[in-house]
Amino acid sequence: MSKTQTVAMMPGAEVILKVMEAEGVDVIFGYPGGAVLPIYDALFKNNSIRHILVRHEQAAVHAAEGYARSTGKVGVVLVTSGPGATNAVTGLTDALMDSVPIVCLTGQVPSHLIGTDAFQEADTSGITRPCTKYNYLVKKSDRLQANIEEAFHVARSGRPGPVVLDLPKDVQMLDAPFIEHKSAEPLAQRYKPVTSPQKAVIKEAVKMMKQAKKPVIYGGGGLINSGPRASDALHKLVNQTGWPTTLTLMGLGALPADDSHFLGMLGMHGTYQANLAMHNCDFMLNLGARFDDRVTGRLSEFAPFSKKIHADIDPSSINKVVNVDLGVIGDVGETIDALLAEMEVQSFSPNAKAMTRWWEQIEGWRSRDCLAFEQAGPIIKPQKSIQRLYEMTKDRDVYVTTEVGQHQMWAAQYFGFHKPNRWMTSGGLGTMGYGLPAAVGVQIAHPEATVIDISGEASFLMNMQELSTIAQYNLPVKIFILNNEWMGMVRQWQELVHGKRYSESYSSSLPDFVKLADTFGMKGLRASAADDLDDVIAEMLATDGPVIADIRVEKEENCFPMIPSGAAHHEMILGPEDETNKSISEEGKVLV
Amino acid sequence: MLDTTQIERHTLSVLVDNEPGVLARVVGLFSGRGYNIESLTVSEVDATRQLSRISVVTSGTPMVIEQIKQLLDKLVPTHSVQDLTVGPAHVERELALIKIVCIGDKRVESLRVADSFRARTLDSSLNSFVFEVTGNSSKITAFIELMNSLGDIEVARTGVCGMTRGNNIDLVG
Repeated sequence: MSKTQTVAMMPGAEVILKVMEAEGVDVIFGYPGGAVLPIYDALFKNNSIRHILVRHEQAAVHAAEGYARSTGKVGVVLVTSGPGATNAVTGLTDALMDSVPIVCLTGQVPSHLIGTDAFQEADTSGITRPCTKYNYLVKKSDRLQANIEEAFHVARSGRPGPVVLDLPKDVQMLDAPFIEHKSAEPLAQRYKPVTSPQKAVIKEAVKMMKQAKKPVIYGGGGLINSGPRASDALHKLVNQTGWPTTLTLMGLGALPADDSHFLGMLGMHGTYQANLAMHNCDFMLNLGARFDDRVTGRLSEFAPFSKKIHADIDPSSINKVVNVDLGVIGDVGETIDALLAEMEVQSFSPNAKAMTRWWEQIEGWRSRDCLAFEQAGPIIKPQKSIQRLYEMTKDRDVYVTTEVGQHQMWAAQYFGFHKPNRWMTSGGLGTMGYGLPAAVGVQIAHPEATVIDISGEASFLMNMQELSTIAQYNLPVKIFILNNEWMGMVRQWQELVHGKRYSESYSSSLPDFVKLADTFGMKGLRASAADDLDDVIAEMLATDGPVIADIRVEKEENCFPMIPSGAAHHEMILGPEDETNKSISEEGKVLV
Repeated sequence: MLDTTQIERHTLSVLVDNEPGVLARVVGLFSGRGYNIESLTVSEVDATRQLSRISVVTSGTPMVIEQIKQLLDKLVPTHSVQDLTVGPAHVERELALIKIVCIGDKRVESLRVADSFRARTLDSSLNSFVFEVTGNSSKITAFIELMNSLGDIEVARTGVCGMTRGNNIDLVG
């Protein structure tokens, strides 16, 4: 210990808040209970950390995810022991799958009662071990500060993720040492992920890039996690190479949607041009994506003609599902910067002749206009509703969250994102009920922005208790429900894979969403016909407070284009007229 | 490119912080993904720095082995992961205790077999022995098979522990 440090003794709960203040925490999403009362008591006296009271612990984690994804900061959650912790598990798993930095404090029964089946006791560290990046059961007061500091470091470093601190009630109450760090220097940590790519590897990468005749850049969520700098670097790389670029669901916004090099999202509901470019490319530059099964389709026929480079901060991502020719371990923003510098050294210039031919081919695919739809008659096409929502919010500072299902894919297809951190969706885990609480977190972080939860009626019902949170803090969240009275994606799969046997996928006994809004003191709107759509969106946007907009859309619309499960990129179904030719294989039916 | 079909057996040596839950983390990493653990030994090896060494024998395709190593390395309490099977030459040893219950000729024969395997006798009664045998796993397996044909046996094996040959020392980085 150096002389600049002073040690003060104070109750554990106060140490917890002090360390969080030092970590830059300004908001906590939580729900009180017996095992965290000392921390709530300390919060009562604290003026610098704001607590947002959610209505369910799962929502606390999703709200923290929304906060984290839209700011790049660590989202913080505070819940009680037992049910508080188990309710948080879905959110933690969601954050793990989508690499969202979260620190979740859970209360625990006092140390001497652990293992006795005490009231509201659960083996939180055991339950959350597989769904966190790391977790702690803090048993010793003298480790409290170090554990919390490491928790924040682990959550935000390398590939970000959720970290749980399980805090027995006695540890919160007993005096614990708090050391004020005077120096701004980061603490020495045992967890040290590699962030700078190796020079030799970058050299090799650029050599490979020089050989490319049909290249494609495939970017993912790592570009967002790396910070806005990575998106800027990507923009530069794309401009300098002139290479076609596609983004995953998690990567949307890393390249502006209207950039001419952008082919749209790839994968199961990606665009025809993006998927065919992936299938036919001779060189693939994966920047911070993880070859998810929703992206690759049938692995044996994934990009069969290509050399592949995979840049990822997580070494265990490389060669996990797809064998690559070169793995680059490091922060993806730093990696792109290093590539740009090395391209200059090796005087890289794109193969002009080959690129012209390649773009001609891509434009041919693009001209199929795979996202075209026809809005005929009074029934609102869901695609139309998203398209209009996008067009009517273009001049606003807009953040979008979604739930999971058809509406999520339509939002990804028809809403254009131009900046990173503007798009919050549950990608890896596919958690219905994510969007509403995530919108709470986003709106708390960006009080002046237009925050829209693009929702489906079934997903909305999964966490609709958060309307109460929205009402309490008067958060002007716009809830845009594509209401087709079906669990739309389930219905679509039952239609395509299970002989139209619509088992349990109908949304019965729905509330009247306009009246529901009214009971929470919000504005409720409804669009039942295509002619109402613009008026409803305009009124929703003009309203200062929260709004629920019930958009009654075509009930049995399917989400296309689609790579049927078990199929490869070049076996896409473009629309209903295309369905009959391509049936789903028995192998494909097993997949999810 | 890695071959994705051939199943290989690898001995990994992992240096970790000796903290609560670290073994559960390692085991969970295997069980959660359906990977094999053929044997696993763990013990504290440095009391002042609170370090434990885990020796784990696993099998899988080269892609899976690579994945296991990366995932082990990614754990916060992990200091180093050595793949003894692909590294420079290494030594591996396992210790087993075998209790055999038999009488007469078989009892004499069991003692003779034990002698040829350089097993030590740790305990004896009128109709039983407890032998201690060390060596590589195949030697121990061979010994157990012979004993099994001579009487009723009970076996306790430690699982493999190993390290590289030569003067290279695996230290905390």
